Amino acid sequence: MYAMRVFLRPLQGLKSRSSAFNPLSCSARCQSTQVSPPPDSVAQTLSVRHQIDARRRQSLIGGGQKRIDTQHKKGKLTARERIHVLVDPGSFVEYDAFVEHTCVNFGMENEKYPGDSVVTGHGQINGRTVYIFSQDFTVFGGSLSSIHAKKICKIMDQAILVGAPVIGLNDSGGARIQEGVDSLAGYADIFQRNVLASGVVPQISLIMGPCAGGAVYSPALTDFTFMVRDTSYLFITGPDVVKQVTGEVVTQEELGGAKTHTTVSGVAHRAFDNDIDALLNVRSFFNFLPLSNTDAAPKRASVDPWERAVPSLDTVVPLQSTAAYNMLDVIGPIVDESDFFEIMPDYAKNIIVGFARMNGRTVGIVGNQPKVAAGCLDINASVKGARFVRFCDSFNIPLITFVDVPGFLPGTSQEYDGIIRHGAKILYAYAEATVPKITVITRKAYGGAYDVMSSKHLRGDINYAWPTAEVAVMGAKGAVAIIHRGSKDLAKAEADYVEAFGNPFPAANRGFIDDIIEPHTTRYRINRDLDLLQSKKSVNPWKKHGNIPL
Amino acid sequence: MRFLLVKNAKILSGLPGTLASVWRPATFPGQRIRWRTFSLYFNDHHDPSEPLFDKILIANRGEIACRIIKTCKTLGIKTVAVHSDVDSVSMHVAMADEAVCIGTAQTADSYLRWERIIQACKDTGAQAVHPGYGFLSENTDFAKHLEQEKITFVGPNSFAINALGDKIHSKELALKAKVNCIPGFKGEVKDADHCVQLAREIGYPVMVKASAGGGGKGMRIAWNDTEARDGYRLSQQEAKSSFADDRMLIEKYIEEPRHIEIQLLGDKHGNAVYLNERECSIQRRNQKVIEEAPSPFVDPDLRKKMGEQAVSLAKAVGYDSAGTIEFLVDKHKNFYFLEMNTRLQVEHPITESITGVDIVYHMLRSAKGYPLKMAQKDVQIQGWAFEARVYAEDPFKSFGLPSVGRLKVYKEPVNAEPLGKVPSSGYIRCDTGISEGSEISLYYDPMICKLITVGKDRQHALNLLTNALDNYVIRGVTHNIPLLRDIVTEEKFVKGDINTNYLPTVYPDGFKGKQLTQEERTVLGAVASCLFITDRLRERNFLNSTQGSAHSYDESTHKLHVKGADFEEALTVQHQQHAGKFIVGNNGNKYAVSDTINLAENVINITVSGKKYTLQLVSKDPVGRMELQFLGSVFPLNVYREDVYKYLHLMPEKKVADTSRFVLAPMPGMLKSIAVKEGDLVSEGMEVCVIEAMKMQNSLTAGVTGKVKKIHFKAGETVGDQDVLVEIE
Repeated sequence: MYAMRVFLRPLQGLKSRSSAFNPLSCSARCQSTQVSPPPDSVAQTLSVRHQIDARRRQSLIGGGQKRIDTQHKKGKLTARERIHVLVDPGSFVEYDAFVEHTCVNFGMENEKYPGDSVVTGHGQINGRTVYIFSQDFTVFGGSLSSIHAKKICKIMDQAILVGAPVIGLNDSGGARIQEGVDSLAGYADIFQRNVLASGVVPQISLIMGPCAGGAVYSPALTDFTFMVRDTSYLFITGPDVVKQVTGEVVTQEELGGAKTHTTVSGVAHRAFDNDIDALLNVRSFFNFLPLSNTDAAPKRASVDPWERAVPSLDTVVPLQSTAAYNMLDVIGPIVDESDFFEIMPDYAKNIIVGFARMNGRTVGIVGNQPKVAAGCLDINASVKGARFVRFCDSFNIPLITFVDVPGFLPGTSQEYDGIIRHGAKILYAYAEATVPKITVITRKAYGGAYDVMSSKHLRGDINYAWPTAEVAVMGAKGAVAIIHRGSKDLAKAEADYVEAFGNPFPAANRGFIDDIIEPHTTRYRINRDLDLLQSKKSVNPWKKHGNIPL
Repeated sequence: MRFLLVKNAKILSGLPGTLASVWRPATFPGQRIRWRTFSLYFNDHHDPSEPLFDKILIANRGEIACRIIKTCKTLGIKTVAVHSDVDSVSMHVAMADEAVCIGTAQTADSYLRWERIIQACKDTGAQAVHPGYGFLSENTDFAKHLEQEKITFVGPNSFAINALGDKIHSKELALKAKVNCIPGFKGEVKDADHCVQLAREIGYPVMVKASAGGGGKGMRIAWNDTEARDGYRLSQQEAKSSFADDRMLIEKYIEEPRHIEIQLLGDKHGNAVYLNERECSIQRRNQKVIEEAPSPFVDPDLRKKMGEQAVSLAKAVGYDSAGTIEFLVDKHKNFYFLEMNTRLQVEHPITESITGVDIVYHMLRSAKGYPLKMAQKDVQIQGWAFEARVYAEDPFKSFGLPSVGRLKVYKEPVNAEPLGKVPSSGYIRCDTGISEGSEISLYYDPMICKLITVGKDRQHALNLLTNALDNYVIRGVTHNIPLLRDIVTEEKFVKGDINTNYLPTVYPDGFKGKQLTQEERTVLGAVASCLFITDRLRERNFLNSTQGSAHSYDESTHKLHVKGADFEEALTVQHQQHAGKFIVGNNGNKYAVSDTINLAENVINITVSGKKYTLQLVSKDPVGRMELQFLGSVFPLNVYREDVYKYLHLMPEKKVADTSRFVLAPMPGMLKSIAVKEGDLVSEGMEVCVIEAMKMQNSLTAGVTGKVKKIHFKAGETVGDQDVLVEIE
């Protein structure tokens, strides 16, 4: 409704002025410039203004009140209401409210809606620019016409031009079938821009209704995909087609609901309870992000003392080195105000990734989660971690890595599914990253996984170990079985191994670790290091682009 | 502070140089050392020149071990801590000079293993053992074995423990010493039928309790035959598992009694003095919650009578250490002997606070054989002291069921009120054995801290307590501060009109949290909205913003909607930065709210319309959900921009699962027994299973009538909080 206020205000002003005009004086003025004015030019001018007004009004109600009511009954907000909740009050500027679809088949020429099935424009979130498109389910079910695609492309082009993020609010039945291949072309045009914008400006997709078929690839190409529980779906083909093709019976929710994509497939990064919850969370999430790849990571005013000691960290790692603990208990108290925006909290839970602030500055946090699968790296965890690390590196967000990793997960299922090439992704991502990289080994750092987790050898800038750290090729049992193969006194050998390697010294002796620190000083040290690394300059050799093992 | 230093030194031994580089003492908020400029023990004098012991072992854990170590340190006595494996990094271990691990987490395999404790004494050369309270403190076998090894037991002689620790013997002795006693059956109850028969003879209500019991364990009140039977059975089981002694007693239960106890000190020379009384009437399930000294009910005459009877009993058995005689006092100031606790009591600090005597010091002196330093005429009462027991438990479930967890944030209210130069200006004492990051486990007592406040008079001490509770920051475990905070400002309590039925009388339907008045609700709403705006203004405050901030679209007057569990308010908030305040508009009224919210601090000290309030920010999220602790209770609130709020009604309600058909574990613990099997028919209120946690047996009943559909656990299994135990169809 906000847009109505902004746009109608000048319009109403015009109208009132025009009605106050003396038609005679107007025609007199017209006479001086035109040789033979059409007698009805005044009426024409007024009529145009009325039409502008009328069409604008029409565009504001999309598919009409009845469809808006239906949308509300489903527990969903309309395209405009969503924008209204998302941006700062009064900041939204709309583009293309007058475009109409161009389809002349199947009687479509008789049913047109100004603005068609998407609302586009730019606005501000907490005073910072964002480009937005919001698909309007009340107009042709939000289906994608060629003009719908053009509107989206326009704001994406401009977003890249000025360097501001794009947020897409998806609620669309799919392609506009009546338009045929034009609609498909539209999708591809969007995909192309998603790819070009990737790594230039952050792109966020919010799935707030259906999103099926080819449409799913636009969110998939963006940096973050969030879903609304119970009202949003993402799938290549719906349950009906699935049944036809494979005979498999599955519900929409099971096939592509928020739970599926945030826990099983890893397609979506987070799910929220309803439209308002999702939009307000995105508002807050947006604050962590720089506007483009030329921006530094944002630094917000902070009231949490940068040097605050965290006594609880001294006891967070249990005494038995096999006992689990929650890495979130490490991350929470270290970051500003325990404000941690976790990405993919329900998927590949053996690794934690997310955004937080350190002394006001956005940082990306990666941590192994000893509570789940002992914090090992498996295929899903590697991919989850790799994608997050690359996002941070693209957008100048420093990385802080908390390491407690017993290694890569062994076994046929992992090997057959390609743990080698998937595990290589996180290795690649860390090795390639040039942003400040700070690493804290809280406990285990074993084997190849030690190398991978932002080690000194992968250009880690500052690498710390807590007193509980153990850096070794592998756990004592495994190591001893190999070194002392056939030996009788394995228990003693194991004890000797633990004595020699179950501590941070081997790594610290070699300078692979810069210091062994008391856990309660971790926040203080990281903040000091982040200040130091502000001016870090590191450039990879020129290349068109690297060839990450996909 | 000292704890951390010691700990660092341990972990980093062998890492020269590191300690110095990481040690930054100034960075511990709320942990600054504040040396008291007066002695807590104003009427006592530690004489380090008087030879006591070189080294003693403390056969206990937690706060009481720490408390004993503190006195030893002032006397220059070296200390040895014993601990279970899970307690290896606990505070008492860090405070002691030496520590010996004596077993695993289960108390039966560590703190109750007297032979290992004696071995630890021999290994470390400890000359004496202080048992603290609980565990082996009243175990005569332990005292006997110590004696054989020529190790001093810091506590009364075995004869006195034997005579008084057993409730049956002690009653006989008390009668002999002309101490008033409660009518009851002199002897053991044989079985449940006998119990019912005796109960009828004495007349209901009766109390069934374990002969060896204490601390409310193994005790049940019965109002009829069924309850007598059940009470006997449950208490006996508890007694068996807690004290390895299942002898049971029965006696008349006195209604509306006050629980008032006399602190005694005795020596080996036949001297005994009483250190006045403590009022411990605020109890739940016979466990104390808030204690005070002196009692608001006891006049000098009654004090003298009770004290003298207590001393005569002590002298009758040759009592030679610190001990406590518990009395029940009815409203006519008749008092009855209840039992004697032959140990240092949990609530001893309040007596120390008003008398200025270090009780632990005197226990050590008596154990060494010195005569008492003081006569009865030297005992004073100065000021007033309260002790609130801060527990990790859920006060919304029968006034407190144990909870477990890790103390993610823990800040004691030591700086809530400036400490004065003399005790008369009031002070706060926190006796604790845990620190931030500690784990409250189900193996041990869930006590977090004894919060003691001492003031000039009762109201002064009470004000300090109220303030301290408001400033006490505990996150990570459910705790009973909501209940404590509500009691300390409750009308009857403030007047001193209390008895042991206080809680069920004041909260007949159980504790439901603070019930806010309209005015308090307005304050809560105003603070919540200002907090929301503080957060919102900060959200826009970028220090390195590069683009897009040329125009600000933010409003100067924010229209907000605050939604609580049972109220909703539409508010306007204006931020007047230059004036350091917010103006909150509510229903045409305007309130000035001080701009003092720090989003990184747990405690919010704020002024609303000139009145000062202390709240706590428990949690907040970006969507405007927040939890504020106000007057002790935590209130979940939602704050919305008005223009977002108007869409809220469109959002679908999320379904909440119906749990009445499930029997859930109310706390983590061990499933002791299951009374039903799958397919059985149960009626509402029927016992379904018994859960044992913190040494307490809790009977769980069916919430509905129906058929047992599924039993998810077997007897003997460990269950977590809110685990579904039994499903009923």
